[in-house]
Amino acid sequence: MSVAAPVPRAPATGAVLRRGLGVIWSGIRTEPRPFAVAVVGSVLWAAATVATAGAVGWLTDHVIEPSVQARAVTAAGLWTIIGVLVAILAVNVLGVILRRVYATIAGFNLQARYRRGVTRQYLRLPLAWHHAHPSGRLLSNAHSDVEATWQVFNPLPMALGVIFMLVIAGGMMIVVDPFLAFVGLLVFPGLFAANLVFQRAMSPRITRAQELRAEVAQVAHESFEAGLVVKAMGREDEETARFRGRTLELRDSLVEVGRTRGTFEPVIEAIPTLGTLAVLGVGTWQVSRGDLGAAEVVQMAYLFSILAFPVRALGWVLAELPRSVVGYDRVQHVLRAQGGMSYGHHAAAHTAAPASSHLDHVTYTHAGETSPTIHDVVLDVPAGSTTALVGPTGSGKSTLTNLALRLVDVDSGTARLDGRDVRELGRGEIPRVATLVPQQTFMFDDTVRGNVTLGEEATDDSVWAALRVAQAEGFVAQLPDGLDTMIGERGGSLSGGQRQRIALARAVWRSPRLLVLDDATSAVDPSVEQAILAGLREASDGMTVLVVAYRMATITLADQVVYVEHGRVVDRGSHEELVGRCQGYADLVHAYAREAAERAAVERHEEEAR
Amino acid sequence: MSQAAHGPVGSRIGAQAELSTLATLRRGLELSPELRRGLLVTVVLAVVATVGRVLIPFVVQQVTDHGIMAEGGPDTGFVTRAIMLAAVVVAATSLAQYFVNVRLFTSAEGGLATLRLTAFRHIHDLSMLTQSTERRGALVSRVTNDVDTISMFVQFGGLMLLISSAQIMLATVLMLVYSPTLALVVYLCLVPLAVLVQRFQPMLGRAYGLVRERVGDMLGAISESIVGAVTIRAYGVEDRTSERIDRSIEAHRESAVRAQVRSVLAFVSGQAFAGITTAVVMAVGTVLAARGQVSLGQLLAFLFLVNLFTQPVLMATEILNEMQNAVAGWRRVIGVIDTPADVADPGPDGVHQRRGPITVDFDGVSYAYPDGPTVLRDVSLRLEPHTRVAVVGETGSGKTTLAKLLTRLMDPTEGRVLLDGVDLRDIAFASLRRRVVLVPQEGFLFDDDLAANVRFGRPEASDDDLALAITELGLDAWVDSLPHGLATKVGQRGESLSAGERQLVAIARAYLADPDLLVLDEATSAVDPSTEVRVQRALEGLTRGRTSVAIAHRLSTAEAADLVVVVDAGRIVELGSHRDLVDRGGVYTRMHSSWAAQQRSDAGLG
Repeated sequence: MSVAAPVPRAPATGAVLRRGLGVIWSGIRTEPRPFAVAVVGSVLWAAATVATAGAVGWLTDHVIEPSVQARAVTAAGLWTIIGVLVAILAVNVLGVILRRVYATIAGFNLQARYRRGVTRQYLRLPLAWHHAHPSGRLLSNAHSDVEATWQVFNPLPMALGVIFMLVIAGGMMIVVDPFLAFVGLLVFPGLFAANLVFQRAMSPRITRAQELRAEVAQVAHESFEAGLVVKAMGREDEETARFRGRTLELRDSLVEVGRTRGTFEPVIEAIPTLGTLAVLGVGTWQVSRGDLGAAEVVQMAYLFSILAFPVRALGWVLAELPRSVVGYDRVQHVLRAQGGMSYGHHAAAHTAAPASSHLDHVTYTHAGETSPTIHDVVLDVPAGSTTALVGPTGSGKSTLTNLALRLVDVDSGTARLDGRDVRELGRGEIPRVATLVPQQTFMFDDTVRGNVTLGEEATDDSVWAALRVAQAEGFVAQLPDGLDTMIGERGGSLSGGQRQRIALARAVWRSPRLLVLDDATSAVDPSVEQAILAGLREASDGMTVLVVAYRMATITLADQVVYVEHGRVVDRGSHEELVGRCQGYADLVHAYAREAAERAAVERHEEEAR
Repeated sequence: MSQAAHGPVGSRIGAQAELSTLATLRRGLELSPELRRGLLVTVVLAVVATVGRVLIPFVVQQVTDHGIMAEGGPDTGFVTRAIMLAAVVVAATSLAQYFVNVRLFTSAEGGLATLRLTAFRHIHDLSMLTQSTERRGALVSRVTNDVDTISMFVQFGGLMLLISSAQIMLATVLMLVYSPTLALVVYLCLVPLAVLVQRFQPMLGRAYGLVRERVGDMLGAISESIVGAVTIRAYGVEDRTSERIDRSIEAHRESAVRAQVRSVLAFVSGQAFAGITTAVVMAVGTVLAARGQVSLGQLLAFLFLVNLFTQPVLMATEILNEMQNAVAGWRRVIGVIDTPADVADPGPDGVHQRRGPITVDFDGVSYAYPDGPTVLRDVSLRLEPHTRVAVVGETGSGKTTLAKLLTRLMDPTEGRVLLDGVDLRDIAFASLRRRVVLVPQEGFLFDDDLAANVRFGRPEASDDDLALAITELGLDAWVDSLPHGLATKVGQRGESLSAGERQLVAIARAYLADPDLLVLDEATSAVDPSTEVRVQRALEGLTRGRTSVAIAHRLSTAEAADLVVVVDAGRIVELGSHRDLVDRGGVYTRMHSSWAAQQRSDAGLG
């Protein structure tokens, strides 16, 4: 069940190093201060590390040896040992704390910043974009891809400290003997070459691994969402098999990544050692020729041996780069996504009067489809009226409500609110005027109160009043914490009908000037529905209502009925008019009655036959 | 574990926070046997690599001491031989390290894949009630990020811990040989570190545990912005939602930084130990050397041994940090795996029933949500084969609970539900799910084409079976009207279709599954009346000869049923055919007249 959404491919091979450094640079520019502190810490640590090696030698020469020879230790001597070593240790510890803590801060700040950016996009991008991107993948982008991008900030400051060490050590080596230093420093082109080879091998593998990570998350997310259906149909084995497929692919891909890393790391580790051996070999040759003193070679070898371990930190950074670049690309794919709605600057009229809605020759085609879902529809919802939108399943009623409220934009024609093109209204203006109760209720992970007010200031009375209109007062009052009961994402133990009523209260509480109900009472039983409609009718002074409905009780409340089939308006008028002249409409609304009549006839027939 | 004590229903997914580190590791290894497989060979290879790494400085030492600094000028021959030898050792070390890496990656990823699969499967085995105690985003994180957290530790941590311990022991022995006094000094220096580490460990464990929890919260909040996209836009609450998300992101960032700061403190205390130990040994050693108790050479050699000792100690403190991070992830995965599946398959003893006409008995059944009110009270009811049953009642009367008990999505708190005389709890799931299928109100669709979604009911169904089912349900005209017919992609959660269309797919799915007992829970609530009537007739065809239970608000279903069960406030208040009940003057009469009034509204309008 893979998805056709375009996915960033593996970056061009040679470019990984350049691009990786680019990612690092952009991170440094974003978080300069913690990064600078981390680098200062790293330099302190590097200096202390070099100093420790020097200090042990110095103390041996100047304190320990004389003491041994004198067969007596002075207190001053002991204090020198302790003082020098502890002082260096203090610098070292301070350096490590600064380096690691601030590297962490820089890295996590970056992660948090990019997560905010990514989720802003999720909130900004149009619904069509969401349809094309599986939830699991989007979660993976926001978490594991962002993490992959900035993980490199953990070893980075240490690596910079190592570079500082290398500069010091390199300088010292050049002072000792330029030729021997040159031989030794050949190690670096070696490391560089090994790294190029590594990155060439690594990039496609890590790209694949991150992609599979997303797919595993995607299958898990979908499968858990489908939990009820999976259980009801006993498809646990099949779902597990589907998940196993992706998980084992991910496993194999991670093992491949590991194999590549596992090859690279010993090589990176071996290169400095081989450098040391080369220095010793060449050095011995130079000493035997009399060009160099033995002590100098030993010093040079010692300098190298200090570096052998820290140089691995450079390797860690280099090893992280492909992952960083891949994560960055995947995150950028979200951050750069185009197609958010643009908004005008007009405010919606600030009155209490009912709003009017008007679709003017509107045509709309769902993304990825060829034939339009909505053809040239004219729909007039006068201010203060109640309009019922009736039509067979899949005829485009929900799409019409979405167009009227600009949840999607028309392809041609105009959707108007209070006579103004909805595209001219500023961001957030439409929800202030018009409220939709969608077919599928969505509950926020929040309290009942939070789900009704959506975080706005509200008195308890106003919330209860809205719940009363929605016929939710009774069961909410029985919840353990009343309005403060947590509902949770899946609505906890609330039934579908109860959740629908809370969603309805959410709309009613806003006293919108245009209320759009998209079959919003489908899970509510008829008597409760009647009560809701009665309450709405009372509350609906100053409210225009557009309602998608099948049920007669709802339809008969309407001033006008618009009958839709296959994305076209077939007829409009009062219920009586439509029943009289529109066959499709009459068939639809009388289906139950006809069915009942036929059934009764059959039963009569059977009885007579008996 | 403790949840089990509360009774058969209502396990919450535990974080198993009470599980100790050691118990977590033990359980973790138990769940991923791959982690231990071939470990001996890996350890041997790792020892080779470690010995190689220790050997190389030694060879370098020899080269300088006996080659370059040799008396009477450098010994070129010796240097060449030693360098050749060292090169061979480097090659062998690298090769051994390579094999260690590959073996570790293979076993670690294998073990983690198994862990993921076990957790995934178990989540599906948990009851709906248990599943619903956690947000999807957080559940997903238990099979993804939480598992990823473990990987670093199981790749290297465990092995390094073994090798570090070996190195520590070796260094200890050597130190004792060189100077028992100085060895004692080293161990005395170790005491404060040991105390500190022991105090840091639980602190770190809590800090990392909090991070894992916050990751779950964050993913839950982020998934709200994805799954709730329509509502968020319709209500213009983008700002509020992003504030909520930002809060969760910030909470995660803060906890992550805090955990990291603690781990840094733990690490530097190790480093301080190493530094102080060197200083103390040097000072004490100087005193001893001045008294002639040790020679200068011995002291210098001992300092080298101290380094050999502190290095693995430092490494071990670092790994213990990483271990706490891994344990935090492990606890969450183990937490889900060890949450008892309270509505579980009876296992190998499960009864496999023959297919065919089915009889259902409710025997004194009651149900109460954990810590909640009783929603169904003492229900006894027999459903004969070949009956079409309609369950009606007001919202919240317990209808859906009845359906869930009937399909064993939940188990009754009291009483039994019997299928052909066998308690549902004793029937193997494989058999039960084949015989009994529930069509819920919101039948979830997968991001695939229509055919695949219908086939979900019976994966082995042929194209002809599929086409037949669609035709029999009278849905062919609808399918033909879709852009690509059965090959039409339904999108995320089926969102390219309308709610009514999704219900049609869900019904087709159940129709294809062809169960002995079909339970429809408001399965056509969003479908237009004429389609509903058409589908209903087709289902009658299907249900003729088997038992069907339909829960519906639209009483057209009840009119067509053989038996109407009227539920009110958790009890069955009326039972009989539509014709018996409609004039009895009870709950049903009231419901039906209200329904009928709606249908006859033409007259009412007049």
